[in-house]
Amino acid sequence: MVVVLKEQTPKISVRPEFQQAAAPQIKEKVFELNGIEVLYGGVSAVKDISMEIGHKEVTALIGPSGCGKSTLLRCLNRMNDLIPTAEVQGELLYHGEDLYGPNVDPVQVRKLIGMVFQKPNPFPKSIYDNVAFGPRVLGRKDGLDETVEKALRGAALWDEVKDRLKDNAFGLSGGQQQRLCIARCIAVEPDVILMDEPCSALDPISTGKIEDLMIELKEQYSIVIVTHNMQQAARVSDRTAFLMVELDAEEHNRWGRLVEYDATEKVFTNPSDKRTEDYVSGKVG
Amino acid sequence: MEAGRATAPRNRLAVAGARSTTEAMLRNQPRGDVIRNAVFAGLLLLAVAIALAGLLALVIQAFAKGSSALSLNLITNPPSTAFPEKAGYRPAIIGSLQLIAGVMLFVVPVGIGAALYLEEYADSSRWWNRLIEVNIQNLAAVPSIIYGILGLAFIVRGPLDLGFILAAGSLTLALLVLPMVIIASREALRAVPDSIRQGSLALGATQWQTIRTQVLPASIPGIATGVILAVSRALGETAPLLLVGATVFVTFDPTPFGTDGYSAMPVQIFNYALRPQEEFQALAAAGILVMLVVLLAMNSFAIWLRNRYEQRW
Ligand SMILES: Nc1ncnc2c1ncn2[C@@H]1O[C@H](COP(=O)(O)OP(=O)(O)O)[C@@H](O)[C@H]1O
Ligand SMILES: [Mg+2]
Repeated sequence: MVVVLKEQTPKISVRPEFQQAAAPQIKEKVFELNGIEVLYGGVSAVKDISMEIGHKEVTALIGPSGCGKSTLLRCLNRMNDLIPTAEVQGELLYHGEDLYGPNVDPVQVRKLIGMVFQKPNPFPKSIYDNVAFGPRVLGRKDGLDETVEKALRGAALWDEVKDRLKDNAFGLSGGQQQRLCIARCIAVEPDVILMDEPCSALDPISTGKIEDLMIELKEQYSIVIVTHNMQQAARVSDRTAFLMVELDAEEHNRWGRLVEYDATEKVFTNPSDKRTEDYVSGKVG
Repeated sequence: MEAGRATAPRNRLAVAGARSTTEAMLRNQPRGDVIRNAVFAGLLLLAVAIALAGLLALVIQAFAKGSSALSLNLITNPPSTAFPEKAGYRPAIIGSLQLIAGVMLFVVPVGIGAALYLEEYADSSRWWNRLIEVNIQNLAAVPSIIYGILGLAFIVRGPLDLGFILAAGSLTLALLVLPMVIIASREALRAVPDSIRQGSLALGATQWQTIRTQVLPASIPGIATGVILAVSRALGETAPLLLVGATVFVTFDPTPFGTDGYSAMPVQIFNYALRPQEEFQALAAAGILVMLVVLLAMNSFAIWLRNRYEQRW
């Protein structure tokens, strides 16, 4: 049961100057979703998703678990193609190009749109080889050492690992492994980085480091992050999309739906939908 | 105060009762349970003992009978009906080495290829892929003599028509152990977590690049273990070879495609063992010792390889 109080003030604090700011328009779009629906084996997991995602911004996807955040994120770099039962409908434009068009190669898509997973997944190889893996498979073998160093610096990991680049990546801590995965991702110089709950397996200090990193990275990359941690969404993102599970009339089927999408400060201080308010103020989850 | 003092003895009683119950719960199990446990453990130990005793009896018997024949002649000399004291296993050893080399040549690419198809490419929701899977499991349980008949009909004669040559025997043994290699390779591939494949694909690697640079290297120790175990099985097989032309008495060094016949270790042992003379019996026992040492060494190496190099996730 959801109890709704009147005039509830959200518990998430946002910097005061944002409090009354009107939602700024998206200047440059990296993604444009029009009526996206994803089905697994013919059953909808998310439905009717229409939104625009800004270039060089951090966009957060929040919502209760099972509402389809990961599903939606995996659409953006065609990782859903790897699940045989998954099917994507609707229109998804990437810089105005149809990402699901007939001439689009999903392998090429993933070179431009990288992904960092929930659980750090370093390869069972040396730290160096982990970062060099992407450039190598793309055939970029010149100046590999510089590429690796640049990527590790970019992921704020260089100082911690520069003396043991040849060591196995499995010897790193969880937080270091996740930053290694980010380094591995930026070594192929993508345009967009997708992150699916990148901090959920990490301690608060590692989480803080990765959040700082995201704010730095958005200078160069567009970032879409899934998180169930609302403080994290409030701290790092420019825009927040709130998804929620919806049931059909007979309560047989359930799917995720976009409830509210706006500037982060608006979503957390003055949401226009009651359900968003309940969620961000911690009353449901 | 009054009431409190009056209840004190009763409280003490209650506390003592509770304590003794707890003590009883912590005390030894009932005698019946203890005995049943001991009997069960004893039976299990007996099962292990019977298994080990069989192996031990074989080794001791082979050693007692064969130690007199253990010499370098065993490896360097060809068999001889006239001079058992000089006879050895040379052509059989050379034949067995060539046989297992051929088995590996065939089984490594085909076995790994089939495993890769089934694990990485096949859509297991399709009925034909499930049928293939079930049949590979079944093939691993087919008696080896059936493979001998198959080899005779399809490899020695029939479509391939290779004749009674060593390569035909090799191919027959390869078919026999192929299911083992496929099953072991699939297990090794399956042990590589999906997160590794996803991580690689998400960087823009193709599926083949992902398999070649991530999945295969991580599963090589497991695959190699499976191949060694399969080869050691092939090394010990006799029945199918008898059908596809491992003639029992060969005194020259066999070649893969030579049409004059070939032999293999277990076949030659079988042949010596059939002879009544004491000296041939000793030769057979010595041959068994050699085989046992080689097979134990191969299997130990496989286990060591797995423990040493297997990727832990
Ligand atoms: N591979 C899959 N096959 C079938 N159903 C799936 C698969 N992945 C996710 N789902 C379903 O889709 C819905 C959304 O899941 P997901 O995107 O993982 O949600 P979230 O990331 O928000 O927790 C869930 O009901 C889940 O069971
Ligand atoms: Mg998820």
